[in-house]
Amino acid sequence: MEQDSRRAREPEGRLKDLLAALRKDLLLQWRGRAQVIAIFAFGAAALLLFSFAIGPDSAALREHAAGFLWLGLLLASTLALAESFEREMEEQALEGLLLLPASTRGLYYGKAIANWAHLALLGVALVPVMVVLYDAGTLRLISLVGVILLGTAGLSAPGTLYAAMTSQTRARQTLLPLLLFPLVVPVLLAAVKATSLLILGDPMGQLRPWTTLLAAFAVIHWSIGGLLFGRVVED
Amino acid sequence: MPRMIAVAAAGVCRRYGRRWALTDVSFEVPEGALVMVTGRNGSGKSTLLRVLATAIRADRGTVRILGIDVHGARDSVRRKVALLGHRTHLYEPLTALENLVVRARFLGADSRRGPLLSRLEEVGLADRGDDPVQSFSAGMRQRLALASVLQQQARVVLLDEPYGHLDPPGFLLVDGLLQRLRREGATVLMATHLVTRGRNLCDRGLVLEAGRLAYAGTAAQMPQPAGADGAGFAEGA
Repeated sequence: MEQDSRRAREPEGRLKDLLAALRKDLLLQWRGRAQVIAIFAFGAAALLLFSFAIGPDSAALREHAAGFLWLGLLLASTLALAESFEREMEEQALEGLLLLPASTRGLYYGKAIANWAHLALLGVALVPVMVVLYDAGTLRLISLVGVILLGTAGLSAPGTLYAAMTSQTRARQTLLPLLLFPLVVPVLLAAVKATSLLILGDPMGQLRPWTTLLAAFAVIHWSIGGLLFGRVVED
Repeated sequence: MPRMIAVAAAGVCRRYGRRWALTDVSFEVPEGALVMVTGRNGSGKSTLLRVLATAIRADRGTVRILGIDVHGARDSVRRKVALLGHRTHLYEPLTALENLVVRARFLGADSRRGPLLSRLEEVGLADRGDDPVQSFSAGMRQRLALASVLQQQARVVLLDEPYGHLDPPGFLLVDGLLQRLRREGATVLMATHLVTRGRNLCDRGLVLEAGRLAYAGTAAQMPQPAGADGAGFAEGA
């Protein structure tokens, strides 16, 4: 009887836990805002170094801008994702929430949404850097923000899952990119292609299929992440 | 009327890698009992409490909390159990109050400032509610961790070295909290090296030696753990 009524309350409980986790993670990010600025600086420095590799050829810089924007974002994202679990592990705070008990899916989606917000903000903040360094502007700003939102959704969901997995290991700084990068290659390719079309023009109308593909990857990653997170964080 | 069995462990084994931390541990604790768990460092006290709290799984054996099998219904057990572990389960960048607010939201409890400040007052931290935990001493963190355990209002409370890092007034605070939990009918298992203090406070005792249960009975008749001479265990205030 007790179990039946609890089961009936489960979706509501999960939503409550998701909102509680989201508020907690956003508060932790706000408290660690110096780190957020440092991660942006890292991304911007990566874009600057990539531009040195191309040289002063402005056409080539513009052609490669989208790829380098997403590479910079990907490299910076590993720092942001690892950092998001650093606070959970210091005093085993995540274990404390699991023992309350908090819903593992609520915890996962709360943190993944907070990470998504962080990465999307980072992506948007790196756009002016890209425009300045690569002379790669676009007038379709809303579409560009949309592509960044979809692409970072595809990064944050698996990134949160793997950051949770690697946070319990000693070699987490190395393991996270090793596990994450191969998995997000399709997301990266689709995001680069869609961003390139926005910067260089889209005479063949290819943007929609690429953004649809990005959305599909995001849905798959978010679904699988929610299913697997409990197995990753429980003994 | 006989009291319900709050904690029942049967043949519990747990290993880390190739080393067995717990071997065939079996005991029962009636509801409302205050139990001291003692033994030398590495004897398996913390592992036992973590298995009972469902923080880790037993490799063999069964554990029932208030009649519920921990393997079958982990979340149901977790709603009834609170654990104070070696690690405080606190978020260091957040303030003391924010830590309690976070937990209150997950618990569906009152997360307003007033009631949470009262909770902090119980552990002597009311004037530090707005300070980040990272500015706290180890003893203050322990007090805050105790407050967060009380916040759960659990029927089974597991305390791993609750006197750790505390000053003499902190010792008295823990003594008071244990007596309060007893009055409220909670079942308490407390791992500690403070044998004399535990004997005075608790009605039952468990002694672990190298992962095996060496004694289960009344606290008054409990033998001194092997290697302990009593004098080596500072008992504080």
